Amino acid sequence: MSEAAITLKNVTKTFGSVVANDDVTMEITKGEILSLLGENGSGKTTLMNMLSGIYYPDHGEIFVNGKKVSIKDPKDAYELCIGMVHQHFKLVDVFTAAENLVIGIDSHKKLNHREIADSMRYICDKYGFQLDPDKKVYDMSVSEKQTLEIIKVLYRGASILILDEPTAVLTPQETEKLFSVIRNMKEDGKTVIIITHKLHEVLSISDKVAILRKGKYIGTVATKDANESLLTEMMVGEKVELNIDRPDVADKKKRLVVSHLSCDNADGVRVLDDVSFEAYSGEILGIAGVSGNGQKELLEAIAGLQATREGSVVEYFDEKTQEKTDLLGKTPRQIRDLGVHMSFVPEDRLGMGLVGTMGMTENMMLKDYRSGHSIFVGKKQPKELAEKIKEELGVVTPGITTPVRRLSGGNVQKVLVGREIAENPTVLMTAYAVRGLDINTSYTIYHLLNEQKQKGVAVIYVGEDLDVLLALCDRIMVLCGGKVNGILDGRTAKKEEVGLLMTKLQQDKTKKNSQKTKKEAKS
Amino acid sequence: MQGFITLIQAAVFFGTVIMFGCVGEIITEKAGNLNLGVPGIMYLGGIASLAGVFIYEGSTEHPNAAICVIIALVCAFVASALGGLVYAFLTITLRANQNVTGLTLTIFGSGVANFFGGSLNTLAGRFEQIVVPVTSSAFRATFAPLAGLGVIGKLFFSYGFMVYLAILLAVLAHRFLMHTRKGLNLRTVGENPQAADAAGINVTKNKYLAICIGAGISGFGGVYYVMDYIKGTWANDGSIEKLGWLAVALVIFATWKSLNAIWGAYLFGVLYWMYMYIPGLTRSSQVIFKMLPYVVTIIVLVVTSLKNSRDKQPPAALGLAYFREER
Repeated sequence: MSEAAITLKNVTKTFGSVVANDDVTMEITKGEILSLLGENGSGKTTLMNMLSGIYYPDHGEIFVNGKKVSIKDPKDAYELCIGMVHQHFKLVDVFTAAENLVIGIDSHKKLNHREIADSMRYICDKYGFQLDPDKKVYDMSVSEKQTLEIIKVLYRGASILILDEPTAVLTPQETEKLFSVIRNMKEDGKTVIIITHKLHEVLSISDKVAILRKGKYIGTVATKDANESLLTEMMVGEKVELNIDRPDVADKKKRLVVSHLSCDNADGVRVLDDVSFEAYSGEILGIAGVSGNGQKELLEAIAGLQATREGSVVEYFDEKTQEKTDLLGKTPRQIRDLGVHMSFVPEDRLGMGLVGTMGMTENMMLKDYRSGHSIFVGKKQPKELAEKIKEELGVVTPGITTPVRRLSGGNVQKVLVGREIAENPTVLMTAYAVRGLDINTSYTIYHLLNEQKQKGVAVIYVGEDLDVLLALCDRIMVLCGGKVNGILDGRTAKKEEVGLLMTKLQQDKTKKNSQKTKKEAKS
Repeated sequence: MQGFITLIQAAVFFGTVIMFGCVGEIITEKAGNLNLGVPGIMYLGGIASLAGVFIYEGSTEHPNAAICVIIALVCAFVASALGGLVYAFLTITLRANQNVTGLTLTIFGSGVANFFGGSLNTLAGRFEQIVVPVTSSAFRATFAPLAGLGVIGKLFFSYGFMVYLAILLAVLAHRFLMHTRKGLNLRTVGENPQAADAAGINVTKNKYLAICIGAGISGFGGVYYVMDYIKGTWANDGSIEKLGWLAVALVIFATWKSLNAIWGAYLFGVLYWMYMYIPGLTRSSQVIFKMLPYVVTIIVLVVTSLKNSRDKQPPAALGLAYFREER
C-alpha cells in the first residue's frame, strides 16, 4: 500500500507577480488520508486546483499512479479518477440531488431518474451517507449540500478525493459524521486529501500531514509522530523581524465595548459566537485568525452593516465626555457620524468602498455628498482632499480624475485608507490593509495607522501576516470559528502561541478566560 | 356561438405568433441569456422569408407550394439564427451587457426589416403591395376533412400547419429541457455556470447553440405573422414588435416552462381580442382591454414573487456573463 497515487515534481504556479506555489515536490500515498496544512495564502487550494483541472501549472510535472499526466480541465481530472469538493459548492439549487449527480456526464444516455436515484442510494449505503435523491438542493442544509458534493465525486468514479476545508461549515457532530464517512472511504481503498488548518482535526483523521508555508512545501510527517507544537512550528515558521515602529500606548481610554456579539450568515451558519472585547483609544488592536472565521462580520456588525442576534451589545464611548452610546440599531450613517470608520479591503479591493470607474475626487465625494446646502454637489473640497491624499500618501496616478480602477492595488488601498483617515475618525477599522502591497507601501500604511494611534484613535487592524500583527499591534485578539480564542499582548506574544490559537479552539472555557484576564492584566 | 368561435380563432392566430417567440426565448433564457432582441429577431425572420419566396415566386412560372414553404422556413431560420449569433458573440465572447445588446438587436431587426419591406413593396409596383400568393395559401391551407367537422373543425382544425408546429415545438422543447441529459446540462449552464464548468460542460458552446436555435425558433413567429396572419404581404406598422414584446412577457407568464407557453399564448390572444366581442365599447375603452396581457403578466410576476416558489423563478444566472474565475 505504499505506492504513490499522485506525485508532484517542481510544480510552480504564479498569478501575476504573486507566487502561489513555488517549486512544490511531494508525494501522496495511495489509500491514505493526507491532510494538507497551511496558513491562509499558503497555496493549499491552488495546489489542489491544479490536480482538479481548475488551474494549469506554469512549470513542473504531475504523475498520477506513476504516469505523467496533463490535467487541462475538470473533465481530464475526472478521467484520471480525481474528484474535488470545492469550498464553494458547485450545485444547482433548483435541481434534485439525483439531477445534480449527472450534470455534464454521459450526455448521450437517457435521463432515467429512477436509475440514478438507485445508484445514489447504493453509494449512500456503502459509505454511510444519508440523503434523499429527490430532495431539492435549496431545501438542503449546508452539511447535506456537502454530502451531495462528495457523493457526486464518488458517483463519477473518483478514487482520489480532494476536500477543500470540508469542516469549515460543519458543526462538531456533522464533522464527526463526515470523518466516519472518510474512514469508510479509506477502507474502500480511496485516497483522500483534506485541505485544512484545524490542528485537532488533522491529528484525529489523517495518516500523514503535508505542510505548505507561503507557497513552499515544508515537509510531510506521519500523524503518529506529530503533535500540535511541531505542526504549528512548521506552519508558521521562524519569527521574522520587521522593524515596524510601535509607539507606546498613551492616554488609554475605553472607546468601544463589544459584548456577547453573535450573528449568523445567509446560510444560517453562526459566524460570530459570543464575541466580547474592548478597544481603547491610542492603541492598535490586532485581530488574527484564519480568514472566514468572522473577521468580516465583526467589522461589519460594528459598522452597522451586519444584522446581529439578540443579546449582542456594541457600545461606543465618546472621545471627550465618555458618554455611552449603543451602536446596534443605528444606521451605518449614524455610526459613521459618531466617528467609527471602516476601511475594508475585500478580495477584489474595489468591491466595497470605492467606485472603480470614478476618479479620486468623486470617490472622496461618496462619503460627504450630503454636506452643503445647494442641490448641486460642491467639488472644491473633495478635490482639495484628493490632492492632499495624493500628495501626502504618494498615490501614483496620472491625475485625480483618473478612474481608480486603473490604479495599481497599492494605490487604490492608499486612496481608501486615506479617505477614511481624512475624516478624523475616533475608531478606525481596517481589514487586510496591506494585502498584495509591496514592502514600501505596506510601511506607509503601518506608519499611517501608527499616526492615528498617537492621535488617540482606537485602531482595529485585521491582518493575515502574523509577523506584522506581532510587530504592529498592542494587543492581538485571535478569532477561531467565530469565537474569541484568546487576547494576547502584542509585545510578549509568541508566534507559535498565536498560530495555535488560530487553529485550535480552546475547549476549556475556564482556562481560556483565566488566560485572557492574565494577558489583559499584563497590558 | 359564432362570436365565441371567431374569438377563439383570432386568439389562436395571435397566440401562435407569440408562442414561437416565447419557446425560442425560453430556450435562450434557460441557457442564462436574456435576449430582448426577440421582436427584432421576429422581424428578421418575417422579412427573410418574405424576401426569399418573393424572389422564388417571381423567378418561376409555376411556383411549387412545398418549395415555397421550405424556402420561407429556411430563410427565416437562417436569418434569425444569424441575429442570434450576433447577440451571442457580443454577450458571450465580448461579455457585453445583455439587456443593451438585446434592445439594440430589436432596433436593428425592425430597421432592417422595414427598410427591405418597404423596398419589396416598391419592387412590387408603385401602388401595389407585395404579395406572395402561392406561399401564403400554402401556409394557410387547412386539412379539409377535419376542418369541415362543424364547430369542432372550426375550433381545432381551421388553421395552417404552423399552428400545430408551434405546439409541437413547445412540447419538444419541454421534453428536451426536462427529460434529457443534454437539456439538464443546458439548464445547469443557465442556473450555475460555475457548476457546469466544473462538471466539464462547455458553457460557451451550450450558450451559443441555445441562443442561435432559440433565435431561429423565435423567427418562425415572424414567418407565421407575415405568411398567415397578414396573408403574405408586408406592413410597416410595427405590429411584429408589439407581438415580440408580448412573447417576452409570455416567457415570464409561463414561468420559463414551454408547456405553459401553449395555453398562455392562447390566453393572451383571448385577452387581446376580447374588446371586439364586448358590446358597447368606445375606441378609447378598447385600448384598456388591449392592455390585459401585460396586466396578467405583472400579476403573475407579483404572485410568483410573493409565493417565493423556487421552481417558478427565472434561471439563477440569467443576464450574467460568465467567465472562469481567475485570481
